[in-house]
Amino acid sequence: MIVMPSLKRIISGVLVIGALSGTAAFAQPTQSNTLSISAAFEFTSLDPSKNGFVYSRMQVLETLLDVDDSGLLMPALAERWEVSEDAKSWSFHLREGVRFHDGASMDADSVVNSLSLAQAKHGALRNAPIESIQALDRNMVVIHLSRPYTLLGAVLANYANGILSPAAYGKDGEVLALSATGPYQLYQFAPPHKLVVEKFDGYWGKKASIPYASYLTGHRTESRVLQARSGQVDIVFGLDPASLPSLKRLPSLDLYSNAIPRTIVLKVNSGHPFLKEVSARQALSLAINRQGIANGILRTPNAEAEQLMPASLSNWHLDGMSVRRGAQEVSAEDLLASLGWKKNAKGQLERDGKRFELTLITYADRPELTTVATAIQAQWQAIGITTKVEVTNSSAIPMGHQDGSLEVALIARNYGFIADPLGVMLSDFGSNGGGDWGAMNWNNAELSQLLLSLEHTSDPKQYREIAQRSAQLIYNERPMIPVTFYVQQTSVNKRVKGFRFDPFERSFFLNEMEFVKP
Amino acid sequence: MKAMLLKRVLQLVTVVWGVGTLTFILMRSLPGDMAYRIAASRYGQDNVNSEAAALVRQELNLDQGAFAAYWHWLLDLLQFNLGHSLVSGLPVIDAIQHMLGHSLLLALAGLLVSILIAVPVGLFCAWRGNPLDSIFMGLSSMIRAMPVFVLGVLFILLFALHWNWFPVAGFGTPAHLVLPALTLALSLAAVSNRVVRDSAKHTFQAAFYQFSKVKGLSAWQTFRRHGVRNIAVPVVAFFGIQLVSMIEGIVMIESLFSWPGIGHGLAHAIFARDIPVIQGAALVMGVLFVALNTLVDMLCLWIDPRGVREA
Repeated sequence: MIVMPSLKRIISGVLVIGALSGTAAFAQPTQSNTLSISAAFEFTSLDPSKNGFVYSRMQVLETLLDVDDSGLLMPALAERWEVSEDAKSWSFHLREGVRFHDGASMDADSVVNSLSLAQAKHGALRNAPIESIQALDRNMVVIHLSRPYTLLGAVLANYANGILSPAAYGKDGEVLALSATGPYQLYQFAPPHKLVVEKFDGYWGKKASIPYASYLTGHRTESRVLQARSGQVDIVFGLDPASLPSLKRLPSLDLYSNAIPRTIVLKVNSGHPFLKEVSARQALSLAINRQGIANGILRTPNAEAEQLMPASLSNWHLDGMSVRRGAQEVSAEDLLASLGWKKNAKGQLERDGKRFELTLITYADRPELTTVATAIQAQWQAIGITTKVEVTNSSAIPMGHQDGSLEVALIARNYGFIADPLGVMLSDFGSNGGGDWGAMNWNNAELSQLLLSLEHTSDPKQYREIAQRSAQLIYNERPMIPVTFYVQQTSVNKRVKGFRFDPFERSFFLNEMEFVKP
Repeated sequence: MKAMLLKRVLQLVTVVWGVGTLTFILMRSLPGDMAYRIAASRYGQDNVNSEAAALVRQELNLDQGAFAAYWHWLLDLLQFNLGHSLVSGLPVIDAIQHMLGHSLLLALAGLLVSILIAVPVGLFCAWRGNPLDSIFMGLSSMIRAMPVFVLGVLFILLFALHWNWFPVAGFGTPAHLVLPALTLALSLAAVSNRVVRDSAKHTFQAAFYQFSKVKGLSAWQTFRRHGVRNIAVPVVAFFGIQLVSMIEGIVMIESLFSWPGIGHGLAHAIFARDIPVIQGAALVMGVLFVALNTLVDMLCLWIDPRGVREA
């Protein structure tokens, strides 16, 4: 008998909670007030150094500097900046009136705090030659360098160096809340699949018009295509090119194809006995039918790549490459024959009793890599090279580089990861022998010298000359063999206007978008 | 009953220790460097390098011996602490709650719908016999032979694209549950309707069943008094097995519908060598396994109490 009233109370309590959550549901994001986005990548953490890419794209997180479509630095949280005569100190004048999502105002101390914490974590700032990061007054931050470093601006624009409120960090620098400065603030964080952001009325710049935006991880391209078709998701990134013709017929969608500075490349172990001669690597490169891969597998015509960087990264892109290629009318077979390789009865290449066999590793994060790897396997088979394809985890590439076990790897390298490609070039070719995701056992003193000199070259003309010379050296010696450039396919529902694509994939520009009034 | 429960509690403790220890040994003996795997999952493919791996190794103290790491885990476990994810740094219990909650919801909804399909179909087949029985046999085999993924895509095409009734993928509202649950239910019912049918047919043909008809009970009375319980025991046991295997084995449905279930989460944790999450998930699933089995046993015992007396 005593149980009954309490049970009743519990039940009525549950009902009240249910009713309350029911009424709260009206203030929640609905399909009509939420811009929904679907893309392939998961997120697990609030920490900008780990998953900052998603918060930067969803416009929660902002950095001191921004970059435009061509990679030129632009003001963001820093209104302007100056570099000293000796190029060893950078002064940043912070924008006034910037508020964090938790209500605190941004000042030099909070910027110094964020950058110092970012410097201690994994990221490009850690490797920058920084001597000190100081707050000069309330609105000015000065970074002193041990040597001139032109990359600093681009490094500061990387998502890992986003500025958060001092209250966002725990005592060990771990990120507890994502109180940043963007036009949207975090509303729901359900890792690894779903993120909802709400517009932030205290934003310093162009305020958002769409109240909410959601990000949903869609692992399968099939699901994402169907989401675009059904109109249930407004913007779908990373569409399968095979689905484009049928999507084009839908009157409700606009489709965008944008080149991004990401390239499918073969990382080659130039110290491998079969691959140490330049002509062997050239032969491997010649045997690849890039056009076939671009048209037949990736369905992105004209995406074939003879060099690492696409035309959009113009300093590093060599013009007229196809002409140069036509000039050398030598076949892969001839090159290999000149190195002493002969075909045996089975059509396999042999030299000194050893067969030309390679292991090519790639990773499953990007499904197209596996297909391209098997195409290359077949194309190399045609000239007598037996290739074993192993699909593994992306970490196998740096690991294979370090322990020397890697022979060939097919990778998708993002040369715009730091908005200035020099950042990636330095880590891929800068040190002796190469880098985890770059050349391997390939020593070219001239290139290392050139790249290091770019760290302190501020004259644009001179910079371009050195970058071009570097690109030419890589092209000539092929320590990396480019295959195709990436083209990002995106569908946008017609109920959204104002979409534009950021080639550096830093922002979705949500605050510029509006819903078309029905 | 008391003895059975006590036995099960003991079983539970052994399962918790055994599953945790086994996953620890298995994960430690997988090839590849843990630090690299964790770094790849933490920082993404564009940003994983040997420097990141070194940082992870240092931060997580991965160079400490396997025995020390195991001892830490065991001590934490005794305090009911499952630790933190090596990738996200968030408490394992939160991640498991989020994933397991969604998995249970999907599994229970799928099972419920599958029961609603399988029981009437199975009974009907047993009752009417051929040619209906053969038709459903063929249909069941066909659905069972189809990858569950294909079934899901077909449902999406029909219900989400053609009629636009339900969302294609995602979670958060009841509408999101419909298609994954229906996909799951149909693939489950394809097997369970045959179990119902076999059990029913067996009962219908039994001597006691024929006798009760002969003594003058109507078909409905016979079914209610002598049919239901006899048919139910193997069927309930089978549903129990299906439920348990479903909680961990619906990865394809989870990834097709972007459903944040534990199967998918566990697969990713294994890729990432996120040992605390794997141990935590395996442990909770082991507990769930014992709990569900106990529940099914109790249910079967309630349906058919003869077992106890014999024991």
